[in-house]
Amino acid sequence: MGITVSNISKSYKNVKALKNITFNVKSGELFGLIGPDGAGKTTLFRILTTLLIANEGTATIAGFNVVSDYKKIRNSVSYMPGKFSLYQDLTIEENLTFFATIFGTTIKENYELIKDIYVQIEPFKDRRAGQLSGGMKQKLSLCCALIHKPKVLFLDEPTTGVDPVSRKEFWDMLKRLQQKDITILVSTPYMDEAALCDRIALIQDGKILQIDTPKAIVKHYPNQIYNVRANNMYQLINVLKAYKFNHSVYPFGEFVHYTDSRTDFNIEDLKQYLLSKNLSQITIKKTEPTIEDTFMELAK
Amino acid sequence: MNTDKVIHVNQLTKMFGDFAAVNGISFEVYKGEIFGFLGANGAGKTTAMKMLIGISNPTSGQANVAGFDVFTHAEDIKKNIGYMSQKFALYDDLTVMENITFFGGIYGLGRTKIKEKAALLIEELGLEDVASKLVGALPLGWKQKLSFSVALLHDPKIVFLDEPTGGVDPITRRQFWEMIYKAANHGTTVFVTTHYMDEAEYCDRVSIMVNGKIEALDTPKKLKEQFKVDNMNDVFLKLARD
Repeated sequence: MGITVSNISKSYKNVKALKNITFNVKSGELFGLIGPDGAGKTTLFRILTTLLIANEGTATIAGFNVVSDYKKIRNSVSYMPGKFSLYQDLTIEENLTFFATIFGTTIKENYELIKDIYVQIEPFKDRRAGQLSGGMKQKLSLCCALIHKPKVLFLDEPTTGVDPVSRKEFWDMLKRLQQKDITILVSTPYMDEAALCDRIALIQDGKILQIDTPKAIVKHYPNQIYNVRANNMYQLINVLKAYKFNHSVYPFGEFVHYTDSRTDFNIEDLKQYLLSKNLSQITIKKTEPTIEDTFMELAK
Repeated sequence: MNTDKVIHVNQLTKMFGDFAAVNGISFEVYKGEIFGFLGANGAGKTTAMKMLIGISNPTSGQANVAGFDVFTHAEDIKKNIGYMSQKFALYDDLTVMENITFFGGIYGLGRTKIKEKAALLIEELGLEDVASKLVGALPLGWKQKLSFSVALLHDPKIVFLDEPTGGVDPITRRQFWEMIYKAANHGTTVFVTTHYMDEAEYCDRVSIMVNGKIEALDTPKKLKEQFKVDNMNDVFLKLARD
């Protein structure tokens, strides 16, 4: 009773936004669509929330077909778009009352579901939505999305532009909602948020690169990654890229993530090579792959 | 590390009524350094940066940017810095070439110089095929790379980047950081404001603002050691939550 997506494709003029997308989200699952801007995440959300019709393929939400049963879907799901979409000139309380009313319910009836989140913005309930900070807007949007007790919650990039503290709070809230039997499909461009989902689909250029649990995705990374560091980052990157045995060279924070194409790779050889190129303070250590490493390897 | 200071800030403060948006911050940034300027939404980052780029007058304190005083020589600062933001960078309805020419003109470069620079930039970024296309039609990653190059057209001493790489794919994002390393290696100081902590990991040093004050300033490595955590996100959470 979660979400099923079968062979969905969608084009806009000559742009293929989605190419044959297939995946399932189990009931009660927290599923992440992880991919950059332009990957097709929003198009997919709009198809699943019945706002857009696919060129090919079928999809069901909580057992209902997105084309033939669209009215039933609209009553039982919620969609929080990436762009803030509440009424800027209504207050917090007015927005919430409005959304409760159009879904034929009241704030009181489903208060339990939003309580944890709503108490944080309740002191400002007479403030207009347009005057709220980013974090507060996001909390209000989530309250409005939950007020009719949806079975499935669609969140399109809910944490984009939000600072780390608010991001953490938001993910904690999602985990609590999941306990209340709500199926959640969430998209994000942040690879570090992928680890917080039950399962993820990595998506780029309208195609799914891989679907699995975050742990399994990382585990399937094919190579040993080395954290390499030296006195000059720019020279280090250039020198590694010029090294004939390199398989991949990616700056990664204070290190470069390096993989070698040889099976008998030896750290000492690489160190000697770097020294011969006048680099100093060299460290080379094995490190574990991240979701981002996997994404780059698959997208290569 | 080069020890020439290109930004020197002492007790810089900005008041809005009784509210201190920036509350007596002091720090220095060196030539060729990649300096991360971090803080939560509303911590005062944008207000502080506006003072540094000469578009907002401080209430008190001192700041010298690219050799000029922010109180008395704000116009000179603008000529000696570059600025790029994710929100506003290039004109979507001008072509790649028109954007370069426009910004070259704004930065006071002569016609010959603009032509020369434009040719070089288009070649370096591999934009030959799209030079006469509208910028609005380019993928986000290309726009960001182009807009960074445009911010460097006039060889500024410092380039300010306001949340530069949000949303782009991981490979493009790394190409962007390689451009940043290259600029820094040539002696340009790169001042990055962001609240994406993985961007912070790339900086030589980072400062973290909380409620108008700088609460921490060091290399990412030392900050992680100091707070006994293994990434900058956790450093940030520890500081901002207390």
